[in-house]
Amino acid sequence: MVEFAENLNPETFNRVLNELLEQGVSRRVAEGRARRVAMVEYNREHGEEEAAPAAAAPSAGAGDGEAAAPAAATAPAAPAAPAGAPVAPAAVPGAIVVAPPPAAPLVAPPPTGKVPSAKPGAPDKHRLLALVPPEGVQRVEREQGDRVNTFPHLLIQELLSLIIVTAALIVFSTFVNAPLRELANPNLTPNPSKAPWYFLGLQELLRYFHPMVAGVIVPTLFFGLLFVLPYADRNPSSKPGDRKLAIVLFTMLLMFFMILTIIGAFFRGPGFNFVWPWSDGVFFDL
Amino acid sequence: MKLKLPRPPSPGEVFDKVRESEAWRSIFRPGSVFRKGYKDTQRDRALAAMNNVLYHLHPVKLKRHGLKLTYTFCLGGLSFFLFILLTVTGIYLMFFYRPAAELAAGQAYQDIETIRNSVVFGDMVRNIHRWGAHLMVITVFLHMGRVFYTGAYKPPREFNWVVGVILLLVTLLLAFSGYLLPWDQLSFWAFTVGTSFGQYSPPGIGPEVQFILLGGAEVGGETLLRWYVLHVLALPFVITIFLAVHFWRIRKDGGISGPL
Ligand code: HEM
Repeated sequence: MVEFAENLNPETFNRVLNELLEQGVSRRVAEGRARRVAMVEYNREHGEEEAAPAAAAPSAGAGDGEAAAPAAATAPAAPAAPAGAPVAPAAVPGAIVVAPPPAAPLVAPPPTGKVPSAKPGAPDKHRLLALVPPEGVQRVEREQGDRVNTFPHLLIQELLSLIIVTAALIVFSTFVNAPLRELANPNLTPNPSKAPWYFLGLQELLRYFHPMVAGVIVPTLFFGLLFVLPYADRNPSSKPGDRKLAIVLFTMLLMFFMILTIIGAFFRGPGFNFVWPWSDGVFFDL
Repeated sequence: MKLKLPRPPSPGEVFDKVRESEAWRSIFRPGSVFRKGYKDTQRDRALAAMNNVLYHLHPVKLKRHGLKLTYTFCLGGLSFFLFILLTVTGIYLMFFYRPAAELAAGQAYQDIETIRNSVVFGDMVRNIHRWGAHLMVITVFLHMGRVFYTGAYKPPREFNWVVGVILLLVTLLLAFSGYLLPWDQLSFWAFTVGTSFGQYSPPGIGPEVQFILLGGAEVGGETLLRWYVLHVLALPFVITIFLAVHFWRIRKDGGISGPL
């Protein structure tokens, strides 16, 4: 199950691991703690202050849950190797305290207010993650699942979709000119004067409600609803069959605004009065 | 006297030499498709994704179902691409446009006419900018719909939905602010209608907000300048910040959601 690649004391490891497992500590945390204790034990036996022998493994993860760097991905559930540096026991609640190597300082020296100078003979390397307790390491444990390489599969797809859209836009722009009416004239109100299409639903509401309702309250409510939606919808499932109510409500909301927009765009003519587009013409500009 | 010229190198040899040069190797990191010795292996494919600036956006590997066109319909990606396209075309338009309403009988309007009639590719670029803007509003709306119908806003992605709603708001504001800039009857009256709500909002807030937005009591030269600055500088800045958060959160939330 666990490989003793690092410098640790196997007996200590197994003893601590079993103790912790009996206490009901989760296996991942237990392995991490046991590994740390066993490492400290090993270092003490070998009488060297060899701090943090191999902090290389964590750096491969690059701190990215999704990245799954190939190397890390193949290692089956290896706890993010907590390097054997002495950890202040206080940082590990409930950890078994094994006497640490005497030389290792357990607490940081009090602040002096000055930038400390380098200690003579200090190693010119530092290792990351050395002081992180095992339960502090954020690990995402998931099935590797059916995964494909971003390059080339996703990138090709993106490139294609973007070329198609660009081509479509260029073709469309060749044949359809963007509108440009006469110079703005504050003294000449065009009839009808309409808002851009994405606000036509609101302009349509203006026919039925006080401007305060149509122009302020409804949009505020709409965006307020959107903002709280993920916190209001407590249903954990994302299967359409389980979320009938949410889907029906949201679809009704969308349909409501879509119908208003369509009416505002095509069924409103001079004076913003009702017209039939097929007999009276379309009064709509993009 | 016979001068013996060395055989000129073949294009292939030149290309090889270039690819061996230090400059080339410093630009294209190991695994890059353009580096000498790229092999189509799992390892080099992974490296190609990792050593690319796109690593900021994409993981090395993704769930196979994330590739399915009918899951995302590429809508988020297309919204982003349209934003970039609009930035590029917008910069071109900025070279020829002055946001002045009162100068020379509507300087802004005259500039748009110049863009249409005399600037190289002017009307093409303007058309792409205009239609692209409408299209972006549509794709952002549809993207929101797709996220809703796939339930992709559920934990842990709640906050990214909220970021998305902010993006929707900023997108609408960008589109609306751009609508004013041609300074034709369409712009002027759409804005007059669009900002008239201020008068009816609670007194003490509504009219004041309206005054700030218009830079006066009604739509005029101040309004144009104000919304121009919003359109070309302030709003793109804001949307870029939120896009960065949006994309970063997609990665941190474990990539694309699903499958259903
Ligand atoms: C400028 C506008 C926007 C851009 C450029 C954008 C971009 C993206 C991209 C590229 C993705 C990756 C997946 C995909 O392509 O579908 C994504 C995912 C997502 N977006 Fe957006 N988005 C925008 C607006 C919105 C809006 C309006 C919402 C919701 C109100 C939203 C919520 C989300 C959520 C929750 C995800 C995660 C979906 C998943 O994991 O399946 N975004 N967005």
